[in-house]
Amino acid sequence: MNGLLRLTTALALGVLSALPAFATELKIGLQDDADVLDPAQSRTFVGRIVYTAMCDKLVDVSPDLKIVPQLATGWKWSDDGLKLVMTLRDGVKFHDETAMDAAAVVATIERNMTLPESRRKSELSSVEKVEATGPLEVTFTLKKPDVTLLAQLSDRAGMIVSPKAAKELGANFGSKPVCAGPFKFVERVQQDRIVLEKFKDYWNKDNIFIDKVTYLPIPDSTVRLANLRSGDLDMIERLAATDAQAVKSDPKLKYEAVVNIGYMALYANIANGPRADNPFGKDKRLRQAFSLAIDRDALNQIVYEGTAVGGNQPFPPNSPWYNKAIPVPARDVEKAKALVKEAGFDRVPVEMQIPNNPVAQQMMQIVQSMVAEAGFDVSLKSTEFATLLDEQTRGNYQLSRSDWSGRVDPDGNIHQFITCKGGINDTKYCNPEVDKLLNEARASTDDAVRKQKYDAASVILNDDMPIIYLGHQSWIWALNKSVTGFVPAPDGMIRLTGMKKGG
Amino acid sequence: MPVFIGKRLLVAIPTLLIISIFVFSLQKLLPGDPVLAMAGEERDPAVLELLREKYHLNDPIPVQYVNWLGGVLKGDLGISLRTNQPVLELIGEKLPVTIQLAIMAMIFAFAIGVPMGILAAVKKNTVLDYIASIVALSGLSVPNFWLGIMLILLVSVNLGWLPASGYESIFVDPVRSLQTMIMPAFVLGTALAATLMRHTRSAMLGVLSADYIRTARAKGLSPREVVLSHSFRNALLPVITLTALLFGELLAGAVLTEQIFTIPGFGKLIVDAVFNRDYAVVQGVVMCTAVGFILMNLIADVLYVLLNPRLRASL
Repeated sequence: MNGLLRLTTALALGVLSALPAFATELKIGLQDDADVLDPAQSRTFVGRIVYTAMCDKLVDVSPDLKIVPQLATGWKWSDDGLKLVMTLRDGVKFHDETAMDAAAVVATIERNMTLPESRRKSELSSVEKVEATGPLEVTFTLKKPDVTLLAQLSDRAGMIVSPKAAKELGANFGSKPVCAGPFKFVERVQQDRIVLEKFKDYWNKDNIFIDKVTYLPIPDSTVRLANLRSGDLDMIERLAATDAQAVKSDPKLKYEAVVNIGYMALYANIANGPRADNPFGKDKRLRQAFSLAIDRDALNQIVYEGTAVGGNQPFPPNSPWYNKAIPVPARDVEKAKALVKEAGFDRVPVEMQIPNNPVAQQMMQIVQSMVAEAGFDVSLKSTEFATLLDEQTRGNYQLSRSDWSGRVDPDGNIHQFITCKGGINDTKYCNPEVDKLLNEARASTDDAVRKQKYDAASVILNDDMPIIYLGHQSWIWALNKSVTGFVPAPDGMIRLTGMKKGG
Repeated sequence: MPVFIGKRLLVAIPTLLIISIFVFSLQKLLPGDPVLAMAGEERDPAVLELLREKYHLNDPIPVQYVNWLGGVLKGDLGISLRTNQPVLELIGEKLPVTIQLAIMAMIFAFAIGVPMGILAAVKKNTVLDYIASIVALSGLSVPNFWLGIMLILLVSVNLGWLPASGYESIFVDPVRSLQTMIMPAFVLGTALAATLMRHTRSAMLGVLSADYIRTARAKGLSPREVVLSHSFRNALLPVITLTALLFGELLAGAVLTEQIFTIPGFGKLIVDAVFNRDYAVVQGVVMCTAVGFILMNLIADVLYVLLNPRLRASL
């Protein structure tokens, strides 16, 4: 009898624990499918959203863009800025139950620096070596001072992976990634879904209230929203600005938005090949006139339903790095006309290549008619994105519209685009004075000094204007009302810590 | 007969070779650098160079082609630039999805198109015929993407009957699989239904005016028997030929439908591959489709010969 009782109790308990009703599942709609799920090799924005749940980093970024502890609890720069010592969190485990310690950090950083397929090499190019200087202490030695390293370590370059798994899978790590984040990898169906489940030994497990999270790539924003409305999704990222009003007025949905750290801009071909040889590339007065003829506020209202903000620098006006002495210019057609005249022109023909998506097309058609009043005859060349990037890199353009998703450290929004040898300097603008300022800003660990350098650089760039900044979009999320605890962050990530669903 | 099939297969080889050369060179003519497309924002020149080396993109195009062809002969279609997965594996994953979609769409198309065609022919020049024609014309004219989004809004968002998009394998969860596929299959099926209806109607009209039908009627057979047993059977032959041809349209339609309903199938695979300049995948998918077409045509030819003894003499 006793045995029977025990058996039934055991069975009942077994059934109860197997019941899925207690599991909280969160379904998130993404705009694209992620690429390979290896922090060393990955390059997509949506990939980073998935990592935010799966792979903890040495440091994280707070909503106000400060570097905060994650796997590292503290860090210190040497006075000469050539050494960075980090103290690691104790008792952290990877999803395969191996320990996350100094040796694992060293192995990961070295993997990022040496794996042939690694995309992290340039992000870690200032690192000379990294050593375990204690069981829970690592020391980075730098070739030259580089304060942006911390920001790099707050992203994929700083995601620590299990050395055991990395060794077993090598470049194929993405087929079964093993990290130390709150959720572990379950399965992935290409172009369909990525499924993660709660890691029971996560160091901060008491603040994780979701048991399972599924990411579904749904490129069409209308369909993404339809899935949210029908209850098939709990949350979507990158809601179209045109749907903002509909979501706000829906009692079942919640709207969240924040101005992002990226920018929208026009790149002028200053010295990239023979096509730079035109008045617009040669005479900065024409570029200044072009910028003055644009009504950035109107663009924001018409194209982005008021969700974006106008801008004239690589950092949005609400950023601590924005130079307040150069505010976003109001539209001034008379002054623009005068500048065109001063440069010796009546009408200036300009060919502008733009991405062939409807939003960019609408926006640039409005710009086309705005600048026409100041004397610019803009012909729009609508180009598919891969081609546009190619043309822009090779210098086969006069004026090109492309955007930057933004980096946490200000350096990431400016240095590689503007410095003479910058990796993605497509305008081939080159000014030794600007180079000097930007290099000095990168080397100083003192934010006040850095700000001064960026301010000085922005004064020169605002005059030379190789890049005409147009503004900054917002990240927009829509959530089911039952999802709480989501904090919108300017980096566009979805941090699941503290998020709840239900009730 | 084996000789006939053998001959046809031999002819298929140069056809496939020509297609492969054509697709290969067309892709290389496309502007846009695959490595750059892949790199997106992180356009570090050193990494780009390394990737070009790794995927042999620096080799002259004929060399690339010969390498690729060598791989194909060994059953290796290459590796996706974007996801590092073998192309063959990707195709194996996606093809069953699209086949399921295609079969369900065909069922819809037949269920709607054929009865409507018969009805329109039997009730020629009546209100019923006009209604059927109008429905068919609408089916042909309404764009897939519009119908798809409207259905999602109505059926999923407002009524909450079916999931708005996504996919589940029929072997994992058959009910959910059918639920997710009904709307896309319907959208894809409507255009085909219209074509089928028009052809069924005209084939039926031809048969209905034949002498033997008049004889059948004169014998006193019921109208139902005349229409279904005598006329429809004969009218079906051209309809079946058409169906084989429609499979091409079905694949083209699947490209759009899969995008709207986010179904991870063949169509979505090729669209994503083209936009990412994922050459190996584009090439693999096109070749796979070409083989499918050649096989379909071969089967149709064989069936014809089997069904029509008069053709056997020409073998």
